Amino acid sequence: MKNIIKSLAVILATLTFTSCVKDLDVVPKDPNIITSLTVYSTPAAYKEGLAKLYATFSVSGQQGPSGQPDIAGIDEGFGNYLREYWNVQELSTDEAVIAWNDASIKDFHWQTWAPNDVFIAAVYSRIMYTVALCNEYIRATEGKTEPDLVKYHAEARFLRALAYYHAIDLFGNPPFVTEADSPGAFFPKQTTRALLFTYLESELKAIETQLGAPRFEYARADQAAAWTLLAKLYLNAKVYMGTEKNAECATYCSKVISAGYTLSSKYANNFTADNNLSTEMIFPITCDGQHTQTYGGMVYLIHAQIGGSMDPAKFGVGGGWGGLRTTSALVSKFTDPTGETDKRAMFWSNGQKLVINDIGQFTDGYAITKFSNLTSTGAAAPHAHPDFVDTDYPVFRLADVYLMYAEAVLRAGNASDAAALGYINALRDRAYGNTNGRVPSYNLQFILDERARELFWEGHRRSDLVRFGQFTSGSYLWPWKGKVAEGVATASFRDLYPIPANDLGANPTLKQNTGY
Amino acid sequence: MKFEIVKMKAIWFFLFALLTLSVTAQERSITGKVTDATTNEGLIGVTVLIEGTYTGTVTDIDGNFSVKVAPAAKLVFSFIGYQSQIIAVGTQSTLNVALKTEAKGLDEVVVIGYGTVKKSDATGAVSTVSSKDFNKGGITSPQDLIVGKSAGTVITSNSGAPGSGSTIRIRGGSSMSASNDPLIIIDGFPVSNSGISGLANPLSTINPNDIETFTVLKDASATAIYGSRASNGVILITTKKGIAGKPMQIDYNGTVSVNTVNKYMDVLSGDEFREMSLDLASRSQVGLNMGALTRLGKSNTDWQKQIYQNAITHDHNLSMSGGVKSMPYRVSLGYTGQDGILKTTDMKRSTASVGLDPKFFDDHLKVSINLKGSYTTQNFGDAGAVGSAVAFDPTQPVMNGNTKFGGYYTWVNLSDVLPNGSMNPNGSPNPIGVANPVALLNQTDNQSAVQRSIGNAQFDYKFHFLPELRANMNLGYDYFTTTGHNNAPDNAAFTFRNGIGRLNDYKQAGKSQLFDFYLNYVKDLKSINSKIDATAGYSWQHFYKDGSSFVRNGDGKQVSDNSKFINENFLVSFFARVNYTFMDRYLLTLTLRDDGSSRFSKANRWGLFPAAAFAWKIKDESFLKDVSAVSDLKLRLGYGITGQQDIGNDYPYLPVYRGSTATAQYQFGNTFYNTLRPNPYDANIKWEETTTYNVGLDYGFLNNRFTGSIDVYSRETKDLLNFIPIAAGSNFSNFLTTNVGNLENKGAEFSINARIVESKDWKWSLGFNTAYNENKITKLTKTDDPNYPGVDVGGIGGGVGNTIQNQRVGYAANSFFVFQQVYGTNGMPIEGLYVDRTGSGGTVTSNNLNKYHYKKPAPDVTIGINSRVSYKSFDFSFSGRANLGNYAYNNVASGALYSTVYNQSGFYNNLPRLVNNAKFTNTQYFSDFYLENASFFKMDNMSVGYNFVKSLKARVSFTVQNAFTITKYKGLDPEVDGGIDNNFYPRPRIFVLGVNLTF
Repeated sequence: MKNIIKSLAVILATLTFTSCVKDLDVVPKDPNIITSLTVYSTPAAYKEGLAKLYATFSVSGQQGPSGQPDIAGIDEGFGNYLREYWNVQELSTDEAVIAWNDASIKDFHWQTWAPNDVFIAAVYSRIMYTVALCNEYIRATEGKTEPDLVKYHAEARFLRALAYYHAIDLFGNPPFVTEADSPGAFFPKQTTRALLFTYLESELKAIETQLGAPRFEYARADQAAAWTLLAKLYLNAKVYMGTEKNAECATYCSKVISAGYTLSSKYANNFTADNNLSTEMIFPITCDGQHTQTYGGMVYLIHAQIGGSMDPAKFGVGGGWGGLRTTSALVSKFTDPTGETDKRAMFWSNGQKLVINDIGQFTDGYAITKFSNLTSTGAAAPHAHPDFVDTDYPVFRLADVYLMYAEAVLRAGNASDAAALGYINALRDRAYGNTNGRVPSYNLQFILDERARELFWEGHRRSDLVRFGQFTSGSYLWPWKGKVAEGVATASFRDLYPIPANDLGANPTLKQNTGY
Repeated sequence: MKFEIVKMKAIWFFLFALLTLSVTAQERSITGKVTDATTNEGLIGVTVLIEGTYTGTVTDIDGNFSVKVAPAAKLVFSFIGYQSQIIAVGTQSTLNVALKTEAKGLDEVVVIGYGTVKKSDATGAVSTVSSKDFNKGGITSPQDLIVGKSAGTVITSNSGAPGSGSTIRIRGGSSMSASNDPLIIIDGFPVSNSGISGLANPLSTINPNDIETFTVLKDASATAIYGSRASNGVILITTKKGIAGKPMQIDYNGTVSVNTVNKYMDVLSGDEFREMSLDLASRSQVGLNMGALTRLGKSNTDWQKQIYQNAITHDHNLSMSGGVKSMPYRVSLGYTGQDGILKTTDMKRSTASVGLDPKFFDDHLKVSINLKGSYTTQNFGDAGAVGSAVAFDPTQPVMNGNTKFGGYYTWVNLSDVLPNGSMNPNGSPNPIGVANPVALLNQTDNQSAVQRSIGNAQFDYKFHFLPELRANMNLGYDYFTTTGHNNAPDNAAFTFRNGIGRLNDYKQAGKSQLFDFYLNYVKDLKSINSKIDATAGYSWQHFYKDGSSFVRNGDGKQVSDNSKFINENFLVSFFARVNYTFMDRYLLTLTLRDDGSSRFSKANRWGLFPAAAFAWKIKDESFLKDVSAVSDLKLRLGYGITGQQDIGNDYPYLPVYRGSTATAQYQFGNTFYNTLRPNPYDANIKWEETTTYNVGLDYGFLNNRFTGSIDVYSRETKDLLNFIPIAAGSNFSNFLTTNVGNLENKGAEFSINARIVESKDWKWSLGFNTAYNENKITKLTKTDDPNYPGVDVGGIGGGVGNTIQNQRVGYAANSFFVFQQVYGTNGMPIEGLYVDRTGSGGTVTSNNLNKYHYKKPAPDVTIGINSRVSYKSFDFSFSGRANLGNYAYNNVASGALYSTVYNQSGFYNNLPRLVNNAKFTNTQYFSDFYLENASFFKMDNMSVGYNFVKSLKARVSFTVQNAFTITKYKGLDPEVDGGIDNNFYPRPRIFVLGVNLTF
């Protein structure tokens, strides 16, 4: 019996005095979890950290297509960066309507969104999320001299600038954090549009030389990507900080144009499963049917555009979600909407009505056939999957830069720049397949309309309309603007989206944008 | 290693006990009669035992007995409800005994944390439900035993699925994002609250037939000894034990039940649906054109009849118990086979348990060993069939002869039109079309198998040199492994991946180990009229879980094992309690627990949780002592602070990076790279703390024929562990679990148990309890901004990302957040017209400020009522309960819209007849019209039984469970867990035939 007492004592002593309190210092055993102290112990890890910064635009979390999401408070697929960026840039314009009843999504068409809109909150959260991750990576690669790490460091600064570019364009005065702000519980201070402009300009100029040469590796941010972003910043300078910077815009557009990009022979090749081969792609967000899966991004764009009598197999996917169409305002930008003349008129009218009586009905409004998960030859995508697509999203492509150049020189007062007219006609020659589409001259309204024809559904429309003063107010009306079938004027404060109510609650130093 | 030692010792003890059995000689016969001391009537079924042995007999119908004894023997007479008597036989040959009824309750012992206390000395709000008061019938899951039995304990089953889990809330929930589940302790082993994949309900691995008592600790003074995990109450479960000196008793307990569908959702028939579609088309509504009408079928299919069935449940339990000399034992085996009313769903469970309670060294060392094992297999089917059966077009047949989808009728894409204009049955499946409910059930292979074992060994040693001092050590473990899959064949249309199907495998293993040690010192200090009972100890518990899941990729290949996870956390605690009793009537309890959690950083790791309680036994005061009408009166005052750290993340304070799966890579050039993501973290995260005040009164009247208690409480939680939006840019996500916000619960409880009639033949008892709780969020942001719009929660069906509830300061948690419907003069709601509550004009629904907080899912008042009437060998009992003031969002009704009848992509949806209540065409999800008063009374069970006592001790019973419901709620079942009713697996009505045999 003494043995029992003895063994009790032994067990007691071992457990109490050796193990107990120390056990509380847990170290994660999960193979997928690494502490920040040891994470960047190999060069490969740096590349994986960099890949995450790019992936924030493309996928929704660490477990494709869903699981371990980056942001919360919204359905994971909805909370995808590209999907919500596309929505705020396109659904609020004449280019797109959506049939669904998801939360407040139709408020975009009617321009009646409120500060607690979940979709606006999602794109805002996404922007600041990417900024925070870039800051962390910039800290981790600060002062490194290895050539690869110098490049990675510059790319992280580019991606942060891209996210902030979305912020300056959509929200104007976002909270501002840099690599100097370590993560924690603090209230980031709000910046102004003008200050943010100056910051972005200096950032992009600072990394210009550190980035890889144009086209050094597909999907990596290179010098041409930075130049294009700078050009976009300058083109919209009047909106962002009150001063025109058109000459600077033209200068940076020229740098891109002379960097060896050429127009793809076929317009549609920019939107197929093999568009990574397009010679005019400057900067994409990549997607892949097997390796880069999400319910947002291009998966959303391709599935949601398919409905009615459209055959999903013709787009290389297993089914359509019957959501997105366009208004008659976009269709009427083409003199011939059949696509026979101008091949950019990629509409589906079979079973569809041109006029929208009910936004909730897929068959009201022409559908769009622009994006496809088949290759340029009509073959199955290399990593074909019924749900997930290989098609990459063209963030910047040469055609956009051509039109930016033409607009910038015209705004700078040079109405007869031969190069500009040449770029416009190069796009029209490709669209028509002959020279019948050529124009002898152009004005600003033509540029805006041509941008719609060339770049519709590529996420530029809202910014373009704002720059031309046609997004809000009554200077340009399209169906269902202001919740009226024929369109009605809306308040100009809606040129900016509101700072989401959630963040105003979480960060008391923020002030709401005027009007909200 | 430590556990191995314990196991070996246990075997050794068992052998030792067997070898020391003694046999006695020189027996003679003794006869006599046992009567009731007050009525003088003979008592049947009284146990007559020779003290210290397992031999004896039972009195017959007139109270007579005859037994053979040795001269020096003593006889023990015992009977439930009577005080036991021990009588030395001496030389007499007849022995008549009158048994006195037991003054109920007073000497009952209740388990509290790390010890027991006489019920009369308890200072906290504690309620005990023991096996004789359990709900009757075919109960397959432990928590169902006490539904409606304990005031302030609300148990809501999640659904009617076999083995389904329940949500248990004690006095409302005191947490927001952290767990609101009470801590459940089985035979001294605190089980983890975290779910087990492949098992709907972690408690269901325990066989309800093995349970002796549930003790619910409600206020902080009772729970604070479990400080870190006690904020939401503690439920202590003790299992049945053998009794020392009793002869071996074998019990068989079996039930056969028929589970039937209570009620079907009232939907349109095929003919009615065709008629309505034609009518809508004739008024050119909701996109119904001629082309669409050709897609209507010719059948009349009642889809709900296709998916439901009457299902049989078998439940068999065999136990052996008794005492081998000084070692009581109980061994039990159980088997439950339950088929669900939804076809293809079932649960099969086998359980075994062993309990040994040997004593050594003149009872100085008491050992208690409990081992429980279970093997459970479940078929989950696809509960989505419930909603599909309501929505699927009734004009279509179940099978349409296609060769692509196993013959099951399937909606195909509009582009799959044949030259003759009809749809190609072998087209590609429409990805947003409703899935064929029969295919969902028959083609889904969704199964799991779970093995679990819980065990502990407790050693309680009373020091030889200082008998007032006890040392108690408890070693325990809880291990489980689970494997499961959710597959569908390549031709399952509902996977929308033709030729790929679905192949999801998962496995999990969990280990939890416990080590508790405490010293207890009890001393009567007669000189100062005091008694001290002091306890101090230490507790260590480790939780570990790992697992992985696989899915099939687009190419049909299995994705590699990169979803593997490992979770681990530790809790280490020091605790102390002093019970001080003065003059036998003033009782003071002081408790202190210091808890360390591995979830927090060194700086915030330890939480100190104090509690104090005072009780005054008023009955024992001189002015009440001789008042015979009052048999018990005790006032209780309690105060305490408890903590909470049970959040999903095990490393919330550590900056960690998470790798990606191979399906979330990013492409550079032609290479795809895994990614590394910094996870959000709060370096300063700390304990959530709940402060509770409780005032209670325990009473008993007329020799305790009426007993009960009244309690009033207030609980305030601060530094809530809250998953809330954080300042954008400040961390690595937009939401983070951090300490923000306050929440309060206030309420009152009342219970009464009455033995109304007690005569020889007739007995009638009645139990009633009621509770009121009010829950309010008092703070939600760091800045306490009054304009903060709150956090939307409560996702609903229809659209994606639509929510119907909102957490906001000043309102109950999970309050509904809706637009105020405007009604026409005919009393019907006017579609799309809402009250402009801001008065700002414009479109009301475009301004979320026009929404208001209206009602909540939690009941204001809960009532439990139960009664038992017996006449001779017959008995009848019922148990029912009511929830008042609980509202539910009728998501089935809000989805019933004319616009959904035909979807533009080419398929139909049936409508429940609920559509007639609103007659809306388009979605109006946020109308308060769909918030319905879901108050109810439910008759949970009614049971009749007959006891045989003469030659065979047996009982037969017949029970109806879920007998009827009284409610105004328009959906199928007003009891909606979480308050959003969207086609959940219906709870069956169950008819149960039960047999108990005792040998």
